[in-house]
Amino acid sequence: MKDEIAVRLNGITKRFGSVTANDGVTMDVRRGEVLALLGENGSGKTTLMNMLSGIYFPDEGTIEINGVPASIRSPKDAFDLGIGMIHQHFKLVDVFTAAENIVLGLPGKSSLNMRAVKEKIRAISEKYGFLIDPDRKVYNMSVSEKQTLEIVKVLYRGADILILDEPTAVLTPQETERLFAVIRNMRADGKSIIIITHKLHEVMEISDRVAILRHGQYITTLETKDADERTLAEAMVGEKLSLNIERPKPEGLVRRLEVSELSCVNAEGVPTLRGVSFTAYGGEILGIAGISGCGQKELLESIAGLEQTVTGSSVLYYPDGGEPEQLIGKTPREIRSLGVALSFVPEDRLGMGLVGSMGMTDNMMLKSYESGAPVFLHKREPQQLAESVRDSLGVVTPSVTTPVRRLSGGNVQKVLVGREIAEAPTVLMTAYAVRGLDINTSYAIYNLLNEQKKKGVAVIYVGEDIDVLLELCDRILILCGGAVSGIVDASTATKEEIGLYMTKIGGAESGTSGGDPAMKGGDKK
Amino acid sequence: MNTLISWLHSSIIYGTVIMFGALGETLTEKSGHLNLGVPGLMYLGGFAGFASAFIYERSTENPNTVLLILIPLLCAFLAAMLGGLLYSFMTVTLRANQNVTGLALTSLGVGIGTFGSARLLSVTGSQSYSVASATSAVYTANLNSVTNLGAFGQIFLSYGFLTYAAIILAVLMNYFLMHTRRGLNLRAVGENPGTADAAGINVTLYKYIATSVGGGICGIGGFYYIIEYSSGKWSSQNSLEAVGWLAVALVIFSTWKPKNTIWASYLFALLFWMATNLPALTGIRIPTSVTELLKMTPYVVTILVLVIASTRKKKENQGPASLGLSYFREER
Repeated sequence: MKDEIAVRLNGITKRFGSVTANDGVTMDVRRGEVLALLGENGSGKTTLMNMLSGIYFPDEGTIEINGVPASIRSPKDAFDLGIGMIHQHFKLVDVFTAAENIVLGLPGKSSLNMRAVKEKIRAISEKYGFLIDPDRKVYNMSVSEKQTLEIVKVLYRGADILILDEPTAVLTPQETERLFAVIRNMRADGKSIIIITHKLHEVMEISDRVAILRHGQYITTLETKDADERTLAEAMVGEKLSLNIERPKPEGLVRRLEVSELSCVNAEGVPTLRGVSFTAYGGEILGIAGISGCGQKELLESIAGLEQTVTGSSVLYYPDGGEPEQLIGKTPREIRSLGVALSFVPEDRLGMGLVGSMGMTDNMMLKSYESGAPVFLHKREPQQLAESVRDSLGVVTPSVTTPVRRLSGGNVQKVLVGREIAEAPTVLMTAYAVRGLDINTSYAIYNLLNEQKKKGVAVIYVGEDIDVLLELCDRILILCGGAVSGIVDASTATKEEIGLYMTKIGGAESGTSGGDPAMKGGDKK
Repeated sequence: MNTLISWLHSSIIYGTVIMFGALGETLTEKSGHLNLGVPGLMYLGGFAGFASAFIYERSTENPNTVLLILIPLLCAFLAAMLGGLLYSFMTVTLRANQNVTGLALTSLGVGIGTFGSARLLSVTGSQSYSVASATSAVYTANLNSVTNLGAFGQIFLSYGFLTYAAIILAVLMNYFLMHTRRGLNLRAVGENPGTADAAGINVTLYKYIATSVGGGICGIGGFYYIIEYSSGKWSSQNSLEAVGWLAVALVIFSTWKPKNTIWASYLFALLFWMATNLPALTGIRIPTSVTELLKMTPYVVTILVLVIASTRKKKENQGPASLGLSYFREER
């Protein structure tokens, strides 16, 4: 029983345009085991599992379910094969009860016998130890209850192979324990469970085997009992690549931002930032690393005044030769008009940073509309600015009035960064500034950031690629689950070290080993 | 006493027109589509029903009773259903803006009706209106004339069968939405089409059927207006458009629940006729300008209901969550 193969993936390849998300992945899942699927952001874990659950169809390769070749073209095909996936974003109807959500879309007699449905739900709950009230409306449920409902929904449909996409990301430790107990019950019942995760200690705790993906490629599968957290972290992040990004020596460091005990809570009441404290200095690039969704967005947005923070949070800004200003409680506009020039390249550059249907000139005006004459627009200055950004950064565009939507991703990014830099900020925050850009454009952006650093700007760079962070930044702050798990000196830190902090081991004891560059004085070469 | 009876009588007839429109629109909105073309659909249904009855009556010496009932009813339903189908093609398949499409449909329906009625008048060569008297006689045949039960009969029995059919339709629709698998699926489509899609429900098909059948039901409302309220006469039917808007408002007033639609449509009609009947009943003289103001009571009540419903924040009383939004299946 234990060694029977439930799922076999053979040379699975999936491409999105020029990006290869999965490259010839061959692996298998046994019946009655918990397999952890481990990998960094963008390593292709979710894409691979989406092919198993019928959301994507592989470009190459074959899938066998219980030894039989299968073609999974829709979620329904996956259901029919007994595969159920619990996504990170729950697919539930808010105004329906748990039972109504479970029975949704199922074939059967045209009139609904809710009593029989609830009976079956209770039977499943008792068998595996779920706590669920079939009559509870989804909008009254906590995140954990919704997740339970999703799992019960999949089991109700008779799934034998369950895929859980980062199930513990939204759970408290107690809820995680309860989930793991249920997973163990399901394993004992002979179900195959695949769990996608970044958290190494959970891998060690729950899984039988670990499969590791890196940049879309299958690396290896290890027996959990033969592995430890360090070997897993190394296999996950891989060898360090040399990129030869210029890193000028930081000079004339001045304290700019002092963030202390910054906390945020999202709409569902789940904390997104937990007591984040750090100092950013003018003249250095502070990198921010972390698995995506660990609070990077909330951190930048709360500094920029776009996010509500919990009482007790503090962000002090130190202007040149003046009293520190508290930024919490100020509107985004006040934060800028106080002389606190925070420049912000949002994660979604077209969504938040620029208006796609307007040209470069008009987009430049978005930041300066309140200056100038009261009624009529003064277009000359923004147009000059647009032209200078175009010329200095080499933006390829037919004219400064061409809608920015029509420009390529790299050019859009340059327009955005160029506009932010043109304001001569003292603190420049960028998130994923090189996401989706080709190598040359990326280097152009790195150079822009380095220029700002040399001018004495405090640059905060949220990045995804650890290699880039290690070469570009002076210090790297690592976020894990909304908390700072470490601050390291980028010139001495190793990739594994950061990998471990990202998955939160050794975070607690060695807190801020990279420390404070001003304190360390001549520590840097 | 007579004023009261006639107030109730006209309210029930008028309420039934609104009820048909509101039921059709409720079904449509449950699929997540806000169809502002209800007045146009009622106009289309009314005109198609009337024209077919009129033509049939003129084509034969002794019209068959069954055909007198079936032909206009089917024509009314089908004509308005085609309008609903056009709307679903625009908004579901082409993902056009629902509000703009709906308003265009209203103009289209009213336009077709007006154009067609001019043709009808030129056929008869008659004056200001044409009439389908035999059809009207069949449709307004009622028990009151047989039983003679006085006030009770006048208030409850003096209507054609469609009046009672509207109530039955509301009850059936309520059962369909709340107690059947397909009803549950339809509600899921309107609430969260992404979830419905993931559950294997054919979202497009559900949207098409709900908007088309919903349109057809609106059309029956329009036909009922002509045959019962106007006693089978077709003239310039400007007030039919007003009823259409009342129906749209009533969907909100009844918090998207067909069982509420029954009493709510009679209440709307009572409020609508209050301006004409209340002065006579109470003996207070009201200037005409105020009468027109009083006619807007149903709309004011609708706004009040909206305010109350949104302050109470009870999710069951809100419209379908994705009402008015086009559905794109997420693709990378």
